[in-house]
Amino acid sequence: MTTQTVLAAAGSVPGGEAVTFWILAPLALIGAIGMVAARNAVHSALMLVMTMLCLGVFYVIQAGPFIGVVQIIVYTGAIMMLFLFVLMLVGRGASDSVIETLRGQRVAALVLGVGFAGLVGTGLHRALADSTAVGLTAANAEGNVQGIARLLFTKYVLAFELTSALLITAAVGAMVLAHIERRREDRMDQAATMKARFRPGNYPGPKPGPGVFATSSSVATPARLPDGRLAEQSTPEILPVRELTAEDTTLKGTEK
Amino acid sequence: MTFLAQEPTLADFGRDPWWLVLIKIVFAFAFGLLATLLGVWFERRVVGRMAVRPGPNQLGPFGLLQTLADGMKMAFKEDILPRSADKVVYFFAPVISVVCAVTALSVMPFGPMVSIFGHQTPLQVTDVSVAVLLVLACSSMAVYGVVLAGWASGSTYPLLGGLRSSAQLISYEIALGLSIVAVFMLSGTMSTSGIVAAQGERPQLEFFGFDVSAPGWYAILLFPSFVIFFIAIVGETNRAPFDLPEAESELVAGFMTEYSSLKFALIMLSEYVAMVTMSAFTVTLFLGGWRAPWPITAFWDGANSGWWPMLWFFGKVLLLVFVFVWLRGTLPRLRYDQFMRLGWKVLLPLNLVWILVLAGWLKTQGWEQADRLILYGAVAGVVLILTLLWPSRSPAPKPTLAEEINNRPPGSFPLPPLDLQVPLSPRTQRIVAEREPANLADTDSREV
Repeated sequence: MTTQTVLAAAGSVPGGEAVTFWILAPLALIGAIGMVAARNAVHSALMLVMTMLCLGVFYVIQAGPFIGVVQIIVYTGAIMMLFLFVLMLVGRGASDSVIETLRGQRVAALVLGVGFAGLVGTGLHRALADSTAVGLTAANAEGNVQGIARLLFTKYVLAFELTSALLITAAVGAMVLAHIERRREDRMDQAATMKARFRPGNYPGPKPGPGVFATSSSVATPARLPDGRLAEQSTPEILPVRELTAEDTTLKGTEK
Repeated sequence: MTFLAQEPTLADFGRDPWWLVLIKIVFAFAFGLLATLLGVWFERRVVGRMAVRPGPNQLGPFGLLQTLADGMKMAFKEDILPRSADKVVYFFAPVISVVCAVTALSVMPFGPMVSIFGHQTPLQVTDVSVAVLLVLACSSMAVYGVVLAGWASGSTYPLLGGLRSSAQLISYEIALGLSIVAVFMLSGTMSTSGIVAAQGERPQLEFFGFDVSAPGWYAILLFPSFVIFFIAIVGETNRAPFDLPEAESELVAGFMTEYSSLKFALIMLSEYVAMVTMSAFTVTLFLGGWRAPWPITAFWDGANSGWWPMLWFFGKVLLLVFVFVWLRGTLPRLRYDQFMRLGWKVLLPLNLVWILVLAGWLKTQGWEQADRLILYGAVAGVVLILTLLWPSRSPAPKPTLAEEINNRPPGSFPLPPLDLQVPLSPRTQRIVAEREPANLADTDSREV
């Protein structure tokens, strides 16, 4: 890594770095465009993964191995994996709808996007084209990892702690919003369940099955008690109880 | 200490001619493939021995060629592509798994500096200042192989396996990463060769006034980290008892249900290569890398020089692979929620507490004796007071059976009296009396 540091500081681009860049930069672009263009949500996520991997390699070849590998571990390995997890739960057939909810939104978005990209690109180019990078050797003097650690835990320690507090708050908030916890007292253990089952007024045995008669094969047909009354417990609660009409009970003409 | 001169440092890497790099890469790759071939055989033989049966023993000496035959058979099987599969992703998923598993082998130090055709070179493909993180990155990318294989198959069981796998691997990656933090703290480096070098030193710890020459292996110095790390890598490699993504009793074969032929062979290859890679990783981080274990170094000074260290390295890897197989032969599979609870509620907090303790210990090494004792006493006191004052929820006293019966609401089910004695029927006694006595004469001679 030391040779790379020296070369990068001198402002020249070594051959290996140039070759890597010209192979991976088109891949990163293809990934970025494909992520927007892909119909399938999982394909979009995979395209983004490809772009992120390319970015990680770019960091590594620009003498920042730590940030490059962390990019791969954290963004590609953990965050995109969580995205995939959610997308897989949504279902593999899920894809974007092509109906425009606002008239002309796609054209407007395209124009604005290209305009913004042009602004940022020309701005960066005009600002950085003539300047030479300095200070990389000094920053990586005692090793890339050690240099980042020194900055992170001395100069930027407050920002670091605040960011972590923010992230923890977000995680706890998401858990509080999404998690339904029943209190320990509300949980029914086995003894309580059995007591509720044998409570007066509750019939502890299995419920009677539906009455399936010769005229009907429907589970909505209630069974009859010995005295001729209908047994209400024999039909599921969600099914409406209905009287069969004469048309329902006539023969369907399927006997021959 | 003659061998210290042969410790490779980061500056020794990146100086090899291209043919030497090629030889090293091919060697590492061949090591992965060969380890799979032998690993499958080894696992089947060992599990067979544990189940009191011979295992594969027909093809070749000791059945060594069994895996080769299985591989040939697999290559000639029909490659089935499910109609609902996502074709591109379905094809790439096993490739991702294999590439990630093999790439991680490139930073494993197989040995110290040796001479190959006149070149002094370390027995390691390459090393970077973040080599350990590179292995972590490879293992976190390998998850994509499993998850995408499950998703792209386009059927339910593989999808469930893939979902399980993604949640499982993210959870255990955290425990894995945190357990390595302790290694970084002691060794002060993230390069694998640096960590092996750091384990060669015997640190002089001052332990309550006594100078103790501690052993160098981090498995002993950082025992909690080692245990957590090993549990986490078993989860990370999808091996029993954590093989939930491919639980055959629940999900057919999990994420690889739809795979066949060479694609299935690739998945199997990646699993075994990952097992070997992770074993090598454990050896590097915690078991002294290629260093000879203690009794050998005691009477043989040259054990850590030349090509010998490769032998110790392979021996240690084999030992860990045996532990993997042993676990599989011994432990039943965990339920999914138990598995998650172990990861998040046991391994993670334990890890954090251990890192805190270790950091405190390291920070106070340079202090005055009295200051240190005061600090340790204060911390121990706070912990003790917290434990004593921790609010405990005492359960309400349970009512006795008689009270419960008396408190039953009116109209409850009738109960028999508690002191009811059911008298024996007189007929029962008569049947017992009239029964012929059992023929007990030849009980001993019969097989039970």
